[in-house]
Amino acid sequence: MTEDRPGIGTDAYNFAYLDEQTKRMIRRAILKGVAIPGYQVPFASREMPMPYGWGTGGVQVTAACLTPADRLKVIDQGADDTTNAVSIRKFFERTAGVETTEHTTEATVIQTRHRIPETPMTDDQILVYQVPIPEPLRFLEPRETETRKMHGLEEYGLMHVKLYEDIARHGEIATAYAYPVKVEGRYVMDPSPIPKFDNPRLESPALQLFGAGREQRIYAVPPYSKVMSLDFEDHPFNPSKADHPCALCGAENTYLDEVIMDDAGGRMFVCSDTDYCATRQAEGHRGAQSAPFTEAAE
Amino acid sequence: MSTPATPLLQVRDIRKTYGARIGCTDVNFDLYPGEVIGIVGESGSGKSTLLNCLAGHLAPDEGEILFDTRADGLKDTLKMSEPERRMLGRTDWAFVHQNARDGLRMGVSAGGNVGERLMAVGARHYGNIREQAIDWLDRVEIAEDRVDDRPGAFSGGMQQRLQIARNLVTGPRLVFMDEPTGGLDVSVQARLLDLLRGLVREMGLSAIIVTHDLAVVRLLADRLMVMKSGHVVEAGLTDQVLDDPQHGYTQLLVSSVLQV
Amino acid sequence: MISVRNVAKTFTLHNQGGAVIPVMEGADLEVAPGECVALTGSSGAGKSTLMRMIYGNYLAASGSIIVGDVDVATAEPREILKLRRETLGYVSQFLRVVPRVATLNVVAEPMLAVGMERSAAVSRARELLTRLRIPETLWELSPTTFSGGEQQRVNIARGFAHVFPAMLLDEPTASLDAANRATVLDLIDEAKARGAAIIGIFHDEEARARVADREIDVSRFTPRAA
Repeated sequence: MTEDRPGIGTDAYNFAYLDEQTKRMIRRAILKGVAIPGYQVPFASREMPMPYGWGTGGVQVTAACLTPADRLKVIDQGADDTTNAVSIRKFFERTAGVETTEHTTEATVIQTRHRIPETPMTDDQILVYQVPIPEPLRFLEPRETETRKMHGLEEYGLMHVKLYEDIARHGEIATAYAYPVKVEGRYVMDPSPIPKFDNPRLESPALQLFGAGREQRIYAVPPYSKVMSLDFEDHPFNPSKADHPCALCGAENTYLDEVIMDDAGGRMFVCSDTDYCATRQAEGHRGAQSAPFTEAAE
Repeated sequence: MSTPATPLLQVRDIRKTYGARIGCTDVNFDLYPGEVIGIVGESGSGKSTLLNCLAGHLAPDEGEILFDTRADGLKDTLKMSEPERRMLGRTDWAFVHQNARDGLRMGVSAGGNVGERLMAVGARHYGNIREQAIDWLDRVEIAEDRVDDRPGAFSGGMQQRLQIARNLVTGPRLVFMDEPTGGLDVSVQARLLDLLRGLVREMGLSAIIVTHDLAVVRLLADRLMVMKSGHVVEAGLTDQVLDDPQHGYTQLLVSSVLQV
Repeated sequence: MISVRNVAKTFTLHNQGGAVIPVMEGADLEVAPGECVALTGSSGAGKSTLMRMIYGNYLAASGSIIVGDVDVATAEPREILKLRRETLGYVSQFLRVVPRVATLNVVAEPMLAVGMERSAAVSRARELLTRLRIPETLWELSPTTFSGGEQQRVNIARGFAHVFPAMLLDEPTASLDAANRATVLDLIDEAKARGAAIIGIFHDEEARARVADREIDVSRFTPRAA
């Protein structure tokens, strides 16, 4: 590969890979999505140079949003350094030549898979989600014609059947990710497989866009929209959190990854948001297992 | 039980064709609150077409179906908006399918199946929903400890009873039944019929039952309509139509049955 | 109370070349409140046919059958159902089996259907079952498993439960032992005393002589040129 030759991205491809007509089509879908918060807008998803499931929907939305002045951050499960995040970041470095960053506060566009950054977003940022299955009703109602009708007529009883089943089976609402929400009191929406811990942060000053490439749907949560997590009166929504502080930065209120340390049951819990954790450590915060490394006490 | 003056359902000149073929035509009847009407006829006589037209699953070519709605009195259900008709479909109307699998969510527990209609009309208290579901399972003779089992683990008769519980939990006023005992063992049928009879009487339901089984209508229906080739050839009091049939086809139908 | 005027009945057998069989014509019958009229005539003369027409089970070909204020010959099904629920009782020899319903409820049901209080209906049902010598141990069981005689008595209790202003009795005393037969005749007398108009078929001549005020031989309604 000759990816280091400067200029090949912009010479061989249109800015941000997609041609301008395609980006116009996607932007129209985005505008419609913003106009009808939570509504799934169909769009003519393009083949992207990466497999379905690797964020083709998010990449197309990002491509349609980027301008040369933007600074892009890509995270996968909160981390900037996983394969998916690195390859998408490189993709845009080459095809759009935009600046990239790992810092949430410096980014203007953030594409994410499965997390909302811990650092509060601002009203000059866009958060783009990668979505595998956009239809929250899909697991109980396989017919697309029927789910569309249900959205159209606001027939959302079925969504509660799913939560009912959870409680009946597990004693509580066991849905831990892709927890359904109602946007602006109207459309029920799948927030993509983010942990339900992140649900409260769906109410945000930033523009949130959702792209599902294989399913060819785009939807949006405009800034400051009301986003309600569905629940029962006697089983209210609970954005549960692992009962530990971060082992590296000591944060008490972040979403944690469990890291297995050895084959004897040793494990540690660390912030899934790598940028947030690193920033805190740089500021001098320390967790129980910050360097020097010690065996996990379990 | 007094006899109210206003029919719950008024059916006027319903006609449905499939191209040149007649599904059903010139169907007229009134159904009063608490009344059960049976529609009998052989396969292809148009009884299922008629039922589906009445229940809003098929659009008839002509006619009116006036339903006495709780809020606005008589309304032509064929001219209702779809949301309105669907709302009716999960509140005041119920539909019991011949095959329980068509009327149940097989991937959802018995309790969830019964609770769905409650949640569809806005119930949001898990404890209450579950309590009502268990109460209804009991009324259709399904033990409380089966509430979290999926319908796939139930026998055919239990599935059918679950479907009935799921339909009646919101206290509908009109129930459509399409061969509710079809495909069940005779002993299971008897139990189901007895259950339906009790529920219909107890809740004061009106029902329209399509079946080819004359014993079913004898037990459940106050009145009978006999259909042949899309036409209603005879209608009247159930025992009168069965014991003193006037139309040649009805006589044939009655005499073809060993004992009703 | 019951007024049958110029009633005719034919059976048309569509599946046997449309043969029309006239079985009755010019039937006339009046029964006043408190009166019991017995239908007589040989077997096949049309006693049951006439009774079934009055009950609305057979369709009259012409004429009128007024019970209370309803003309059964032309009434809508729901009017007949209302009549059967409130006004016109029918007691046959045979219990139409209602599986899995307790005997006590079988007897109470006609009273509940006209809106009687449950406790009052049940207490009247108990009284009737006691009089008809159905052992109390059987009351919570379904009569489907009872002997023929017990089933018949349950059926009589059910038939006499609601105080119908008009009643049709089809062989109410057939095959009953002397004690129960006497009870049934008492029940009929009581019904007459409270003003019920009764039409009965009694093969038991002694019973007929005791309760019937008049006899009508239905063979005179048999069409002459059949």
